[in-house]
Amino acid sequence: MKVNSFSARCFVEKASLLVICFSFLCIANPAISLAETVYEIGYLDYKKDPRYKKKALYAKYLGKPLGRSNQGAKTALKEIKFHGKALGITFELNQKRFRKPAELAELMQEFADEKVDFVLVDLEADLLLEAANLAENHGITILNVSAADTRLRQQDCRKNVFHVIPSHNMLMDALSQHLASLKWRSVLALVGPSPGDKAVLETFRASAKRYGIKISKEREFVLGSDPRVREKNNTKLLTQGDYDVIFVADTDGEFARHLPYKTVKPTPVVGAEGLAPVAWHWAWDRYGAPQLEKRFEKQSKRPMGSNDWAAWLAVKMIAKGIQTTEKTERDVLVNFFTDPETVFDGFKGNRVNFRSWNHQLRQPILLVTHNWVIQRTPIEGFLHKTQNLDTLGIDAPESQCELN
Amino acid sequence: MKLYKLFSGQQSHIFSGLSVTLILSLLLFCSFKLHAAGSGLIFVSSEKDNVLTVLDGSTYELVKKIETSDRPRHMAFNPDRSKIYVACGDGESIDIVDVASLEVVDQIEDIEDPEAFDLSPDGKTMYISLEDDGALGVLDIETREMVAEIEVGEEPEGVLTSPDGKLVFVTSEVANAVQIVDTEAQELATTVIVGTRPRRFAMLPSNQSLWVTNELSGSVSIIDLASREISDTITFSPKGFRAEDITPVGIALTQDGKTAYIGLGRANHVAVLDVASLEVKDYVLVGERAWNTTLTSDESRLIVTNGLSDDISIIDTSNNKVIKSVPVGRVPYMALIDD
Repeated sequence: MKVNSFSARCFVEKASLLVICFSFLCIANPAISLAETVYEIGYLDYKKDPRYKKKALYAKYLGKPLGRSNQGAKTALKEIKFHGKALGITFELNQKRFRKPAELAELMQEFADEKVDFVLVDLEADLLLEAANLAENHGITILNVSAADTRLRQQDCRKNVFHVIPSHNMLMDALSQHLASLKWRSVLALVGPSPGDKAVLETFRASAKRYGIKISKEREFVLGSDPRVREKNNTKLLTQGDYDVIFVADTDGEFARHLPYKTVKPTPVVGAEGLAPVAWHWAWDRYGAPQLEKRFEKQSKRPMGSNDWAAWLAVKMIAKGIQTTEKTERDVLVNFFTDPETVFDGFKGNRVNFRSWNHQLRQPILLVTHNWVIQRTPIEGFLHKTQNLDTLGIDAPESQCELN
Repeated sequence: MKLYKLFSGQQSHIFSGLSVTLILSLLLFCSFKLHAAGSGLIFVSSEKDNVLTVLDGSTYELVKKIETSDRPRHMAFNPDRSKIYVACGDGESIDIVDVASLEVVDQIEDIEDPEAFDLSPDGKTMYISLEDDGALGVLDIETREMVAEIEVGEEPEGVLTSPDGKLVFVTSEVANAVQIVDTEAQELATTVIVGTRPRRFAMLPSNQSLWVTNELSGSVSIIDLASREISDTITFSPKGFRAEDITPVGIALTQDGKTAYIGLGRANHVAVLDVASLEVKDYVLVGERAWNTTLTSDESRLIVTNGLSDDISIIDTSNNKVIKSVPVGRVPYMALIDD
């Protein structure tokens, strides 16, 4: 048993007299409104981000965004009204959106001028890296809320970037655990033409190997109905053969949605359709999830997706850091993020916090259909020597990330 | 209640025809009555099938399933224990169950997503956590009017009224805080930062020490009510479970305040804790996701609701052994005992 004593006493030792008086008045009489300090949390995204094209959002592809993630951040703002009370702080979102990547440097400068220490970044990997490099010069820390790319956690990792959104490795491991638990061990893998699709397949290959799943056959698909390439666009030809399950790597989503119920044999589809691994799903109904979902839908008039959840949690993390440490300095909060004892609440049942080796948030992954959560992973029985959440994603020994 | 007992639990004895048995059973019945006023019935709310499962308090046989509004969770008796108030989250109502007839006889409607609540000492006012509004609702039970909604931070959950009725304590799951509400001024008096995702309360008999379970940080914070500061934090280590699996929610205290029983959630154990030393004396293996814990009035039994195995575990508190597991409804939430 561990016995700790914290809160007000140490707070008195640390904080300035003025703040004590302010917070005392605040607590003693909440009706008195004081001149409060505004703590700004940055949010950055790109007007022309292809993931948020109107057509893609309208399609509601499984596991893909349903709208801009700033809605998640806004939902969080309402939950953190009390977090800054002891320091007399109120939180606000400082949102910036660029139309051309060339504007990125200017916006980052503005964040620095406006004394923003933490910026939620909702960008694809290349732009995120550019933003991270610029941010480093200004002493700004970035919270990645949407880029799942493996390389951002491996060779392209950055000391000033924390990944709230799970990596492709975590997502694929979650799926592989499920296939292994069902003994669906023979897989047909279909992969699209984009480099992103190929990267997902590569991650799935590694994950399948880890969990003893056999990829019996790999085939490339293309969109369209050109009879000259029918072996690549005709689902019957693409799905010839006898497999336990079909895995489809399709970062766009348009091909994958045609696939279920059009296969040669009645074979289930997983990956980009059928059963998808995600950080969040609106139907998740445990650990306070329905209440969060309701608050989000009240705010944004649509269901919550994974990026929304990551942006929501990113804001909550900053507020939790300030609430716990009773400091606002960036270095103190970064230390709080990397402290292995730190506990964040992601509404997914487990306490979640960052991996020291690559700043990835360890967390449960949900395996979902269009309207239900079929499985929460890690699945019971998949054990890790220190932390079962680390059965998902890049573990310390496999890490190529050098943060220092 | 008396009638009920005659015609169910004791039925076979009474009609056995043997006068000795009859007398003995009547004697037993009388002695039972001396220290336990009620029918002994156990009521278990279950979130997913909208029923209260009623079990016999000695045989644990099913007596009835009472249909309620959608998603019944927290339950409490009215002061004379003739009625049970049931917060039905999705049904947006407080259902009122008659203990004698075992039926829903009334409803207080149009309460948005009520979860937990507590009554004022006189039983006239109900303080309800309104999850969606981030408020503590103050409901006049007689007029059925929500006389106030006090802002307490998003997702309020556990509610406890102080014995003098002057304060109401509310956990805010997302603010990681216990909010102390002044009932006379009807406003928030103090915020005490506790662990992550605080859930339920227990008050020591001295009324000076408030215990709150922290589901995600896997601990119990002890608030000294004089200073309104954290005086201690208790953590748990049941064998074979890691810190992240320990998700305490339910807490029950013996009347003498010497022993606390804490349901450890996904760690599937109940911790038996010595209050004086703050040492865990025992860990009792129960069902999956041990949630709320309820003591019988003679404190010989502890009922634990297991949210993920759809059953309750009945623990003999003399030796901390589970004597029986009884299936109840889908996703059981808490047990209430009419004794």
